[in-house]
Amino acid sequence: MDLDLEFAPRDAAAHPPALAPIYRSTLLRAPRQPLLSLRSTLTEITGPIFGESELDPIDADLTRNHARDGDPIGERITLHGRVLDGDARAVPGVLVEIWQANAGGRYRHTNDSFTAAIDPNFGGCGRVITDAEGRYRFRTIRPGPYPFPNRENDWRPAHIHYSVFGQGFSQRLITQSYFEGDPLIARDAILGTMPDVAARQRLVATLDMEASAPFEALAWRFDIVLRGRGASRFESVA
Amino acid sequence: MSKLPETPSQTAGPYVHIGLIPRQAGFDIFENNLGAAMLTPETKGERIRIEGRIFDGADALVRDALVEIWQADAGGRFAHPADRQNGPPPDPHFRGWGRSGTDFATGVWGFDTIKPGRVGPMAPHASLWIVARGINTGLATRVYFADEDAANAEDPVLRMVEPARRFTLIAPRALRGGIPVYSFDIRLQGDGETVFLDV
Repeated sequence: MDLDLEFAPRDAAAHPPALAPIYRSTLLRAPRQPLLSLRSTLTEITGPIFGESELDPIDADLTRNHARDGDPIGERITLHGRVLDGDARAVPGVLVEIWQANAGGRYRHTNDSFTAAIDPNFGGCGRVITDAEGRYRFRTIRPGPYPFPNRENDWRPAHIHYSVFGQGFSQRLITQSYFEGDPLIARDAILGTMPDVAARQRLVATLDMEASAPFEALAWRFDIVLRGRGASRFESVA
Repeated sequence: MSKLPETPSQTAGPYVHIGLIPRQAGFDIFENNLGAAMLTPETKGERIRIEGRIFDGADALVRDALVEIWQADAGGRFAHPADRQNGPPPDPHFRGWGRSGTDFATGVWGFDTIKPGRVGPMAPHASLWIVARGINTGLATRVYFADEDAANAEDPVLRMVEPARRFTLIAPRALRGGIPVYSFDIRLQGDGETVFLDV
């Protein structure tokens, strides 16, 4: 990987606009001034590095990393994929963190008051570092949908939140993955912030029978593409 | 140019704490809470605190956000292989990265860190990245230090900011219990809106 190449400009059309009235919370939280475009400086092409030794292998197994007196309720799944950059190069050695609701659509969070039950054996977060080919893998529970205050009777489709570090801080990404075939996807206000249907489709994890474990767990695949690198070499530190 | 389209950003939502700072969500799961502490006793440099609040377009406190910081060490070096500057190597006791949730009651976020050094022609600064419910793509900005007037005047990034908005990136300094505290309030929208960067 050529760490000295500048990152390509972020493709604004690939992301939701800051202000998207269909998602009410953006109304008072979206900046109104345009972002100030910068050429990358050393501050942006660098970023934090995490080591395997900082994590425990069980961190990537959400069916076990908070188990108290048994297994969590719900459908066990494998969730896996690769982290790539826009030039289709693997992004190895980067931290991937996920969080999610439990099988009933309830988050283990002091501010979540949805009436579905907390699962005593499910925390809802995990983390792993990508391997040399950029691959990551989690074992978890398929989350449930849940209602949220937005338009009248809005429900989130089942989804997994992802936080991904790249090789530079300007590749930093937080996103969500959904499950192929979920009828709530077409009704979702958060996905609806993106006018481009093809962009929404890139957030839908696909059923992966080849990676499933017979008599144990189905697998879903979700690849993540971070900004690529431009053609120009990073010059000095200005 | 790029061969693959980027994965779209999505809001971190109101429960970002579960994934990134689970203790604030109300439970303890990992032995090692990444980003919770930036310093060890061996870290070189002047101990400082950078803290602030976040306000929305109605001037209300944003209490459910998460802020990450990324900065150089006291010598102006980044703990990353792309930093090929000459001089002493980066401080092995400083990663330069941390994360903090805004307090659910007071809305205050903060980092106990060290004052970064100058990086080439750039004045000492720290990058911040803000995610929350209602923020579709993480917002990047920079903290500069009010006691660095001369360096700030030469900084190539600050000079790109229209003069009337530069104050939004410059944190005033005050002493609290002998420790310099730099205050950096962030305004997401409206009067005094913070300058956010497309980096």
